[in-house]
Amino acid sequence: MSDPAALHDQDFVNRLPHCRALGMVLERMAAGRACISMPWDARLVGDPRSGVIHGGAISALMDTCGGAAVMSLPGLRGSATIDLRIDYMRPATPGQRITARAECYHVTRSVAFIRAVATDGDAEHPVASATGAFAIERAGGGDEKPDAPDTRGGAE
Amino acid sequence: MTPPRPAPDPVQVVKQRRDAALAALVDGVPYIGFLGIRFDRRGDELTALLPFDAKLIGNPDLPAIHGGVTAAFLEVAAIVELSWTLLWEELEQGRIDPAHLRPETLPRLPKTIGFTTDYLRSGLPRDAYARARVARSGRRFASVRVEAWQDNRDRPFAHAMGHFLMPGS
Repeated sequence: MSDPAALHDQDFVNRLPHCRALGMVLERMAAGRACISMPWDARLVGDPRSGVIHGGAISALMDTCGGAAVMSLPGLRGSATIDLRIDYMRPATPGQRITARAECYHVTRSVAFIRAVATDGDAEHPVASATGAFAIERAGGGDEKPDAPDTRGGAE
Repeated sequence: MTPPRPAPDPVQVVKQRRDAALAALVDGVPYIGFLGIRFDRRGDELTALLPFDAKLIGNPDLPAIHGGVTAAFLEVAAIVELSWTLLWEELEQGRIDPAHLRPETLPRLPKTIGFTTDYLRSGLPRDAYARARVARSGRRFASVRVEAWQDNRDRPFAHAMGHFLMPGS
Protein backbone atom coordinates (compact mmCIF):
# COMPACT_ATOMS: atom_id res chain seq x y z
CA MET A 1 0.00 0.00 0.00
CA SER A 2 1.38 3.40 -0.89
CA ASP A 3 1.44 6.16 1.67
CA PRO A 4 -0.10 9.31 0.12
CA ALA A 5 2.02 11.59 2.32
CA ALA A 6 5.24 9.84 1.27
CA LEU A 7 4.17 10.09 -2.34
CA HIS A 8 3.66 13.81 -1.96
CA ASP A 9 7.11 14.07 -0.37
CA GLN A 10 8.89 12.32 -3.20
CA ASP A 11 7.07 14.65 -5.57
CA PHE A 12 8.72 17.57 -3.81
CA VAL A 13 12.07 16.56 -5.32
CA ASN A 14 10.82 14.96 -8.53
CA ARG A 15 8.94 18.09 -9.54
CA LEU A 16 12.13 20.17 -9.51
CA PRO A 17 14.05 19.58 -12.76
CA HIS A 18 17.46 20.47 -11.32
CA CYS A 19 16.99 18.06 -8.41
CA ARG A 20 16.14 15.31 -10.88
CA ALA A 21 19.27 16.18 -12.88
CA LEU A 22 21.36 15.74 -9.71
CA GLY A 23 19.63 12.46 -8.82
CA MET A 24 18.40 13.70 -5.44
CA VAL A 25 16.35 11.32 -3.30
CA LEU A 26 14.10 12.65 -0.57
CA GLU A 27 14.58 10.41 2.47
CA ARG A 28 12.33 12.25 4.94
CA MET A 29 10.35 15.46 5.17
CA ALA A 30 8.15 16.25 8.16
CA ALA A 31 7.54 18.76 10.95
CA GLY A 32 10.22 21.25 9.93
CA ARG A 33 12.90 18.68 9.17
CA ALA A 34 14.13 17.14 5.94
CA CYS A 35 16.74 14.68 4.75
CA ILE A 36 17.81 14.49 1.09
CA SER A 37 20.66 12.48 -0.43
CA MET A 38 22.54 12.71 -3.71
CA PRO A 39 24.87 10.18 -5.38
CA TRP A 40 28.48 10.99 -6.27
CA ASP A 41 28.58 11.63 -10.01
CA ALA A 42 31.59 12.20 -12.29
CA ARG A 43 29.72 15.08 -13.99
CA LEU A 44 29.66 17.02 -10.71
CA VAL A 45 33.40 16.91 -10.06
CA GLY A 46 34.95 20.30 -9.29
CA ASP A 47 38.58 19.28 -8.95
CA PRO A 48 39.50 16.83 -11.72
CA ARG A 49 42.73 15.79 -9.99
CA SER A 50 41.06 14.67 -6.77
CA GLY A 51 37.59 13.72 -8.07
CA VAL A 52 35.96 15.79 -5.32
CA ILE A 53 32.45 17.09 -6.07
CA HIS A 54 32.14 20.85 -6.68
CA GLY A 55 30.87 22.96 -3.78
CA GLY A 56 28.13 24.25 -6.06
CA ALA A 57 26.47 20.83 -6.18
CA ILE A 58 26.53 20.76 -2.36
CA SER A 59 24.89 24.21 -2.44
CA ALA A 60 22.07 22.85 -4.59
CA LEU A 61 21.59 19.96 -2.16
CA MET A 62 21.65 22.25 0.91
CA ASP A 63 19.24 24.76 -0.66
CA THR A 64 16.81 22.02 -1.65
CA CYS A 65 17.01 20.36 1.76
CA GLY A 66 16.52 23.68 3.58
CA GLY A 67 13.54 24.44 1.34
CA ALA A 68 12.08 20.99 2.01
CA ALA A 69 12.40 21.48 5.80
CA VAL A 70 10.59 24.81 5.47
CA MET A 71 7.85 23.43 3.20
CA SER A 72 7.22 20.55 5.61
CA LEU A 73 5.79 23.09 8.06
CA PRO A 74 2.00 23.11 8.05
CA GLY A 75 0.00 25.74 6.18
CA LEU A 76 2.65 27.00 3.75
CA ARG A 77 1.99 27.68 0.09
CA GLY A 78 5.49 28.58 -1.01
CA SER A 79 8.99 29.61 0.03
CA ALA A 80 12.01 31.27 -1.53
CA THR A 81 15.62 31.48 -0.36
CA ILE A 82 16.65 34.88 0.98
CA ASP A 83 20.19 33.89 1.90
CA LEU A 84 22.27 30.77 2.28
CA ARG A 85 25.67 30.49 3.92
CA ILE A 86 27.71 27.33 3.50
CA ASP A 87 30.91 26.37 5.31
CA TYR A 88 32.99 23.61 3.79
CA MET A 89 34.75 21.62 6.48
CA ARG A 90 36.45 18.99 4.34
CA PRO A 91 36.32 17.58 0.80
CA ALA A 92 33.59 14.96 0.29
CA THR A 93 35.12 11.55 -0.40
CA PRO A 94 34.86 10.70 -4.12
CA GLY A 95 32.44 7.87 -4.87
CA GLN A 96 30.38 8.32 -1.70
CA ARG A 97 26.76 9.42 -1.47
CA ILE A 98 26.17 12.82 0.17
CA THR A 99 23.30 13.23 2.62
CA ALA A 100 21.96 16.57 3.84
CA ARG A 101 19.82 17.03 6.94
CA ALA A 102 18.08 20.33 7.55
CA GLU A 103 15.97 21.63 10.40
CA CYS A 104 13.88 24.72 10.59
CA TYR A 105 14.81 26.15 14.01
CA HIS A 106 12.70 29.31 14.01
CA VAL A 107 9.72 30.63 12.08
CA THR A 108 8.17 34.07 12.05
CA ARG A 109 5.12 35.21 10.10
CA SER A 110 7.18 35.75 6.95
CA VAL A 111 10.61 34.15 7.46
CA ALA A 112 11.82 30.63 8.27
CA PHE A 113 15.38 30.04 9.55
CA ILE A 114 17.15 26.77 8.85
CA ARG A 115 20.43 25.04 9.59
CA ALA A 116 21.74 22.04 7.73
CA VAL A 117 24.61 19.56 7.74
CA ALA A 118 25.95 17.44 4.88
CA THR A 119 27.80 14.17 5.42
CA ASP A 120 29.33 11.45 3.25
CA GLY A 121 30.11 7.87 4.34
CA ASP A 122 31.81 9.19 7.49
CA ALA A 123 28.80 10.61 9.32
CA GLU A 124 30.95 11.60 12.33
CA HIS A 125 32.80 14.26 10.37
CA PRO A 126 30.48 16.52 8.35
CA VAL A 127 31.51 17.70 4.89
CA ALA A 128 29.67 21.01 5.10
CA SER A 129 27.23 22.97 7.22
CA ALA A 130 24.79 25.67 6.21
CA THR A 131 22.46 28.27 7.62
CA GLY A 132 19.75 30.01 5.65
CA ALA A 133 16.71 32.24 5.74
CA PHE A 134 13.65 31.60 3.57
CA ALA A 135 10.77 33.92 2.76
CA ILE A 136 7.54 32.03 3.33
CA GLU A 137 4.08 32.46 1.92
CA ARG A 138 1.24 31.15 4.03
CA ALA A 139 -1.71 29.35 2.52
CA GLY A 140 -4.90 31.44 2.37
CA GLY A 141 -2.75 34.39 3.34
CA GLY A 142 -5.39 37.06 2.58
CA ASP A 143 -5.89 37.88 6.26
CA GLU A 144 -2.30 37.14 7.23
CA LYS A 145 -0.74 40.02 5.30
CA PRO A 146 2.86 38.75 5.13
CA ASP A 147 5.61 41.30 4.48
CA ALA A 148 5.32 40.77 0.74
CA PRO A 149 8.28 38.52 -0.03
CA ASP A 150 7.38 39.37 -3.67
CA THR A 151 9.63 37.95 -6.35
CA ARG A 152 12.68 37.16 -4.26
CA GLY A 153 14.50 34.00 -4.05
CA GLY A 154 15.93 30.95 -5.49
CA ALA A 155 14.69 27.45 -5.41
CA GLU A 156 11.30 26.68 -4.07
CA MET B 1 72.46 53.63 -24.02
CA THR B 2 69.74 51.08 -23.38
CA PRO B 3 69.44 48.19 -25.81
CA PRO B 4 66.41 48.32 -28.12
CA ARG B 5 63.28 46.77 -26.64
CA PRO B 6 62.19 43.46 -28.19
CA ALA B 7 59.11 43.82 -30.39
CA PRO B 8 55.90 42.90 -28.58
CA ASP B 9 54.22 39.63 -29.57
CA PRO B 10 51.65 40.00 -32.37
CA VAL B 11 48.13 40.48 -31.00
CA GLN B 12 46.94 37.08 -32.24
CA VAL B 13 49.77 35.31 -30.41
CA VAL B 14 48.91 37.13 -27.19
CA LYS B 15 45.20 36.33 -27.54
CA GLN B 16 45.88 32.69 -28.32
CA ARG B 17 48.12 32.34 -25.29
CA ARG B 18 45.54 33.88 -22.94
CA ASP B 19 42.60 31.96 -24.41
CA ALA B 20 44.52 28.68 -24.18
CA ALA B 21 45.27 29.31 -20.51
CA LEU B 22 41.63 30.15 -19.77
CA ALA B 23 40.41 27.07 -21.64
CA ALA B 24 42.80 24.83 -19.69
CA LEU B 25 41.42 26.29 -16.47
CA VAL B 26 37.73 25.94 -17.37
CA ASP B 27 37.55 22.86 -19.62
CA GLY B 28 39.13 20.58 -17.05
CA VAL B 29 36.27 20.96 -14.56
CA PRO B 30 33.37 18.57 -15.29
CA TYR B 31 30.86 20.48 -13.14
CA ILE B 32 31.39 23.69 -15.16
CA GLY B 33 30.46 21.71 -18.27
CA PHE B 34 27.50 20.06 -16.51
CA LEU B 35 25.96 23.47 -15.76
CA GLY B 36 26.99 24.76 -19.23
CA ILE B 37 28.94 27.74 -17.88
CA ARG B 38 31.24 29.57 -20.32
CA PHE B 39 33.64 32.47 -19.89
CA ASP B 40 33.96 35.56 -22.02
CA ARG B 41 37.37 37.27 -21.79
CA ARG B 42 38.20 40.91 -22.53
CA GLY B 43 41.84 41.48 -21.59
CA ASP B 44 42.05 40.17 -18.05
CA GLU B 45 38.32 40.73 -17.35
CA LEU B 46 36.14 37.64 -17.26
CA THR B 47 32.37 37.42 -17.53
CA ALA B 48 30.77 34.10 -16.67
CA LEU B 49 27.81 33.06 -18.85
CA LEU B 50 25.12 30.61 -17.80
CA PRO B 51 22.95 29.86 -20.86
CA PHE B 52 19.43 28.94 -19.78
CA ASP B 53 18.62 25.24 -19.82
CA ALA B 54 15.55 23.34 -18.60
CA LYS B 55 17.62 21.27 -16.16
CA LEU B 56 18.57 24.44 -14.24
CA ILE B 57 14.97 25.06 -13.16
CA GLY B 58 14.09 24.76 -9.49
CA ASN B 59 10.47 25.83 -9.32
CA PRO B 60 8.66 24.68 -12.47
CA ASP B 61 5.55 26.76 -11.66
CA LEU B 62 7.19 30.18 -11.95
CA PRO B 63 9.51 28.91 -13.61
CA ALA B 64 12.68 30.03 -11.81
CA ILE B 65 16.33 28.97 -11.81
CA HIS B 66 17.10 26.72 -8.82
CA GLY B 67 18.62 28.67 -5.92
CA GLY B 68 21.36 26.05 -5.73
CA VAL B 69 22.23 26.66 -9.39
CA THR B 70 22.47 30.38 -8.70
CA ALA B 71 24.82 29.73 -5.76
CA ALA B 72 26.83 27.25 -7.85
CA PHE B 73 27.11 29.70 -10.75
CA LEU B 74 28.40 32.41 -8.41
CA GLU B 75 30.86 30.00 -6.76
CA VAL B 76 32.21 28.81 -10.12
CA ALA B 77 32.60 32.44 -11.28
CA ALA B 78 34.44 33.31 -8.05
CA ILE B 79 36.85 30.34 -8.16
CA VAL B 80 37.65 30.81 -11.85
CA GLU B 81 38.23 34.55 -11.34
CA LEU B 82 40.58 33.87 -8.41
CA SER B 83 42.47 31.12 -10.28
CA TRP B 84 42.62 33.30 -13.40
CA THR B 85 44.11 36.18 -11.41
CA LEU B 86 46.84 33.85 -10.11
CA LEU B 87 47.40 32.33 -13.55
CA TRP B 88 47.48 35.71 -15.32
CA GLU B 89 50.57 36.84 -13.40
CA GLU B 90 52.43 33.63 -14.20
CA LEU B 91 51.39 33.78 -17.82
CA GLU B 92 52.25 37.43 -18.47
CA GLN B 93 55.64 37.08 -16.83
CA GLY B 94 56.41 34.04 -18.94
CA ARG B 95 56.66 31.63 -16.01
CA ILE B 96 53.97 29.37 -17.52
CA ASP B 97 54.10 28.08 -21.06
CA PRO B 98 50.49 27.89 -22.28
CA ALA B 99 51.50 25.39 -24.98
CA HIS B 100 51.94 22.83 -22.24
CA LEU B 101 48.94 23.84 -20.14
CA ARG B 102 46.59 20.95 -19.60
CA PRO B 103 43.98 20.60 -16.87
CA GLU B 104 46.29 18.14 -15.13
CA THR B 105 49.35 20.42 -15.31
CA LEU B 106 47.60 23.58 -14.10
CA PRO B 107 48.35 24.98 -10.67
CA ARG B 108 45.92 23.52 -8.10
CA LEU B 109 42.60 25.29 -7.57
CA PRO B 110 41.74 27.32 -4.47
CA LYS B 111 39.41 25.56 -2.02
CA THR B 112 36.19 27.14 -0.79
CA ILE B 113 36.10 27.75 2.97
CA GLY B 114 32.78 29.56 3.16
CA PHE B 115 30.33 30.94 0.64
CA THR B 116 27.36 33.20 1.34
CA THR B 117 24.73 33.88 -1.29
CA ASP B 118 22.11 36.62 -1.06
CA TYR B 119 19.10 36.18 -3.32
CA LEU B 120 17.80 39.53 -4.50
CA ARG B 121 15.31 38.51 -7.17
CA SER B 122 13.93 35.40 -8.72
CA GLY B 123 16.25 33.87 -11.35
CA LEU B 124 14.27 34.05 -14.60
CA PRO B 125 14.31 31.35 -17.28
CA ARG B 126 16.87 33.33 -19.28
CA ASP B 127 20.66 33.48 -19.67
CA ALA B 128 22.56 34.77 -16.64
CA TYR B 129 25.89 36.56 -16.33
CA ALA B 130 28.31 37.04 -13.46
CA ARG B 131 31.46 38.99 -12.71
CA ALA B 132 33.69 38.44 -9.71
CA ARG B 133 36.25 40.69 -8.06
CA VAL B 134 39.07 39.52 -5.82
CA ALA B 135 38.61 41.68 -2.72
CA ARG B 136 41.72 40.38 -1.02
CA SER B 137 44.37 37.92 -2.12
CA GLY B 138 46.90 36.80 0.47
CA ARG B 139 49.38 33.98 0.78
CA ARG B 140 46.95 31.63 2.54
CA PHE B 141 43.49 33.16 2.12
CA ALA B 142 41.58 35.07 -0.51
CA SER B 143 38.16 36.73 -0.49
CA VAL B 144 36.07 37.19 -3.61
CA ARG B 145 32.89 39.18 -4.22
CA VAL B 146 30.65 38.14 -7.11
CA GLU B 147 27.44 39.45 -8.64
CA ALA B 148 25.02 37.91 -11.14
CA TRP B 149 22.44 39.56 -13.35
CA GLN B 150 20.19 38.70 -16.27
CA ASP B 151 18.53 41.19 -18.61
CA ASN B 152 19.60 44.31 -16.76
CA ARG B 153 23.12 44.90 -15.43
CA ASP B 154 21.80 47.28 -12.78
CA ARG B 155 19.35 44.74 -11.37
CA PRO B 156 21.46 41.86 -10.01
CA PHE B 157 19.40 38.80 -9.05
CA ALA B 158 22.01 37.48 -6.61
CA HIS B 159 25.37 38.32 -5.14
CA ALA B 160 27.77 36.40 -2.96
CA MET B 161 30.97 36.60 -0.94
CA GLY B 162 33.36 33.68 -0.70
CA HIS B 163 36.49 32.96 1.32
CA PHE B 164 39.04 30.59 -0.16
CA LEU B 165 42.11 28.67 0.93
CA MET B 166 44.93 29.32 -1.51
CA PRO B 167 46.46 26.35 -3.31
CA GLY B 168 49.54 24.96 -1.63
CA SER B 169 48.76 26.40 1.81
